Amino acid sequence: MVRVTQAAGGSRRRFIAGSAAFAASLSAFPHVARAATPVKIGLLHPVTGAVSYSGTQSRAGAMMAVEDINAAGGIKSLGGAPLEPMLADAQSKADIGAAEVEKLNEAGVAAIVGGYASFICLATTQAAAKHGLPYIVDVGVADQIVQRGLTNTFRFAPGFGVITRRAVAGLDTLNTAAGKPVKTAMIVHEDSLFGTGTANLLSKELPGIGIEVIEVAKHPTPTRDFNNIVLRMKARNPDLVIPANYYDEYVLLARTMLQQKVSPKAIYSVLGGAASQYRFVKEFPDAAAYIMDCNHWYNPKRQAALDLKKKTEAKGLFYTYEVFLNYEAVMLLADALERAASADRAKIIEALASSTWAGHFMPYGPTKFVNGQNEGAQPVNLQVLDNDIKVVLPPDFANAKAVFPMPPRA
Amino acid sequence: MVELSILVPAILNGITTGAVYALIALGLTLIYGVLHIINFAHGSLLMLALYGVYFLYALFGIDPYLAFPVIVPAMFGLGYALQRFVIARTSHGRDENVLLATLGLSIIIENLALYLWSADTRTVSTPYGFSTVDLGLALIAVPKVVAFFGALIVTGALWLFMRRTDLGKAIRAVARERDGARLVGIDVDHVFAMSFGIGIACLGAAACLLLPSFYANPMVGHGFVLIAFTVVVLGGMGSFPGALLGGLLIGVTESVGGLFLGESLGQIGIFIVFIAILLFRPTGLFGQQA
Repeated sequence: MVRVTQAAGGSRRRFIAGSAAFAASLSAFPHVARAATPVKIGLLHPVTGAVSYSGTQSRAGAMMAVEDINAAGGIKSLGGAPLEPMLADAQSKADIGAAEVEKLNEAGVAAIVGGYASFICLATTQAAAKHGLPYIVDVGVADQIVQRGLTNTFRFAPGFGVITRRAVAGLDTLNTAAGKPVKTAMIVHEDSLFGTGTANLLSKELPGIGIEVIEVAKHPTPTRDFNNIVLRMKARNPDLVIPANYYDEYVLLARTMLQQKVSPKAIYSVLGGAASQYRFVKEFPDAAAYIMDCNHWYNPKRQAALDLKKKTEAKGLFYTYEVFLNYEAVMLLADALERAASADRAKIIEALASSTWAGHFMPYGPTKFVNGQNEGAQPVNLQVLDNDIKVVLPPDFANAKAVFPMPPRA
Repeated sequence: MVELSILVPAILNGITTGAVYALIALGLTLIYGVLHIINFAHGSLLMLALYGVYFLYALFGIDPYLAFPVIVPAMFGLGYALQRFVIARTSHGRDENVLLATLGLSIIIENLALYLWSADTRTVSTPYGFSTVDLGLALIAVPKVVAFFGALIVTGALWLFMRRTDLGKAIRAVARERDGARLVGIDVDHVFAMSFGIGIACLGAAACLLLPSFYANPMVGHGFVLIAFTVVVLGGMGSFPGALLGGLLIGVTESVGGLFLGESLGQIGIFIVFIAILLFRPTGLFGQQA
């Protein structure tokens, strides 16, 4: 107990002590005393250029997540701080993507989500690592992205190592169940990181399940003429055709195959750029029928996934993997921000690395990040049936039975 | 190792593409033959024509083949105006300046397109776009067949024009002997502009034939410039039959090259041909000695 002896000095001291107590109370009750500063997050996608469709879908998914988070009250542990998205365009080029990361860093973002294409992500994650900027890869499946020892890089969705192994296992299951009608395969892939990596992995794994790779055809993105590749396909007559490319080229290849009356026993893609796309099924049902894919998908038994589907279609957009993967990537970031209770980059990285986030609607195992990769992530097997896309494997998430081999084309 | 059943369709596909290359090269060779200038803006002007055809389809629903009466005169007018008011004025009559003027034009046009219309690839999806013509050994896409015959018809029409009309004769006169033509009263500046206009009008025709089986984006001209130059050099600069034959040859080379070497490496055949021609027959197949 302090006895105040002089009235003037005492009241000044009391005023100063009172102000100090008041200031101390401010830091103890932040959401009472001041408005929460928005958390800036960078959303970087190739919204123009060769992969612009995927880029715009990606951005739409990420923005819907930002809207939902802000509508639900923002980041509660930061006093209801809303997310402030800073949009950037990678123009479908790796160097432009890296330059945009620098700009976002200067703008003071807490984290970046996006990249979409593997070749872009490779450059952008590296640029972000220079500044210790947490980076959540939305799609980019190349395994290299999470194998360079970059502590800032995280990926919630599976990489193509896991996807290809599941795809091969799924193919084996289907082929064996049908009496092994498929013995030869032709791979058609685009020549950047995504396509080449997928093709290499498949060439190694397919012989192990009794399928010989008799031809590999590569092409650049964009390619507007598949006549030569389809001619080679006609000459070699593979049982199985495996495309690994982006949307426009996948559609053109499938249509050219239909046009030239090429009728394989199955078209099985691994991360087929159009295979599990409602847009493709709707626009070209004849070319899309019976195509199988091993790809990213949502859990059809989770209401949140179906609600997002309705919301996306209400905007006049197709519900594609770019949409829900980006949605979940931003949700993952929001969860990390909640747990870090800070917009500090290092704390966010720590929160992501230790994340066990279960509030998602993906058909995954438990979330656990090892070297930036979510070990619980996995693809599912899909097939275009009755002008719709159904999950055929694994049985836990399946809502239809596979048709393998596909009926011959007229 | 490669069966006839895929070699013949590849050759036929190559011929159809080659006819369009020939049409593009025709414009270039006409411009060179008359004005003695190498038009570096040829590719970007083709790109503009492709966008023109695209927007007519996307905004007004006009089929690319029906866009001829709009696109061809429009491109002619653009070419005439460019030569009369831009290239002739900026070059002050000196050949080196013309090269720079056309190069500058190409950069401006491309970046304007990038700014106005973004880098997205635009395609048209016509109802006949994926139908094929069954030729027994090969199934050739309808747009390619139409492109082939269309290119031949336009080339034939142009040849007739050059042979039979007064303007055609005036153009040939100016190409042969500029000062002599001026002396006999031919308006050489007007002929220059008309020739440039006709050369660019060829691009308009080529764009109408090309878009149904191809696409438009601001960079699309680059690939065509190199091919057009190769065709012109192969056929002989200033020679019409040379441009036609050269175009067909290059089309087949590209197609067969792509078949054997794959899509990424296939174009190498064109450049090997280019270098070989320069080494062994620099005046080209039908060219005259300088």
